[in-house]
Amino acid sequence: MSNNSKYLAIRKGVIAAAVVLSAGLASGCSESGANGKTLPILGEREAVERELNGKTVVDTLYHQIPDFAFVDQDSQQVTQQTVEGKIYVTDFFFTSCPSICPKMKSQMLRVYEKFEDNPDLLLLSHSIDPQHDTVAVLKDYAERLGVKAEKWHFLTGEKDSIYDIAMKYLVAVQEEGDAASGGFTHGGHFVLVDGQRRIRGVYDGTKEASVDQLIQDIPLLLNEKRHAKK
Amino acid sequence: MRKNRWRTSALGLLLLTTLTQCFTDKQNEGQRLYAANCQSCHMEDGSGLRSLIPPLAGADYLQQHRQQLPCLTRHGIEGPMVVNGIEYNRAMPGAEQLGTDEITNLLNYIQTNFGNSNPRYTMQEVEQLLEPCPPHHN
Repeated sequence: MSNNSKYLAIRKGVIAAAVVLSAGLASGCSESGANGKTLPILGEREAVERELNGKTVVDTLYHQIPDFAFVDQDSQQVTQQTVEGKIYVTDFFFTSCPSICPKMKSQMLRVYEKFEDNPDLLLLSHSIDPQHDTVAVLKDYAERLGVKAEKWHFLTGEKDSIYDIAMKYLVAVQEEGDAASGGFTHGGHFVLVDGQRRIRGVYDGTKEASVDQLIQDIPLLLNEKRHAKK
Repeated sequence: MRKNRWRTSALGLLLLTTLTQCFTDKQNEGQRLYAANCQSCHMEDGSGLRSLIPPLAGADYLQQHRQQLPCLTRHGIEGPMVVNGIEYNRAMPGAEQLGTDEITNLLNYIQTNFGNSNPRYTMQEVEQLLEPCPPHHN
């Protein structure tokens, strides 16, 4: 292989890939926002070179949530278009969960109540037991929580799609829990996602202090969005 | 002789420490059992979760169904139930592994906390109430 073609091969491909999971590391690279404080962009990232006006520029490709299609408690399709131009908080649970889910839901209710009137924030809760958690079951669950479907979507769908997207949200879910966990194990994370479907924060949905942080971070992300629109 | 005395006092000290620890543990056992078995659904303050999970705090059910509570704790419960005028319908898993003494401590904790001031159970009473529902052996 000549030097030249080797160079091209490298140019064509990805030049550098860095796994950035730590918020601290990532925040060093993020652009500054309106008031100085911005949330980091989490997940794997790649630097890709491309040609622009005869000059080589490097773009950073951030980890992004892929397109998706699920059904909510009102039988409405919820896709990437539902969250377009909005930010959202998402988690994974199942309605018959006897372990951490009730605590997570009581904490998510705090987020719901805090931002109930802000149409730019949505909540998406995926069931990891879609066979049991049908639309009807989710509807009953949501009604008993007393929350509106247009704000807080409880999602069911293809099991594989749900487990796949959990990985994209960096949340571990597994179908082999013991009896005490209700037959499934899963992380109790709340994941904050921005308007470009990039992960901007991961919180422990079972800890009040962590959810306090989420409630503080949401306005920062909403601000960033407003700033970008101008 | 001197060695023996030393040994006796060391043994006594050990015994004392163990006993004290035992008593302290017992005192908090109800709370500990609540945290381990009930809290994730009924919440730290016994408030439950909206219309999904009934509250224990100020729940009329605790007084009205006092006799059933030991078996309900052991085997769980399914189907609709009304607490403070609200209908709930979500299965509660049982705590099969708990012994009579533990169920007594747990129920006494619930009956006398979260603003509740209902009469306590004696262990004999709980033992009697548990007779119709022996633990399932799996």
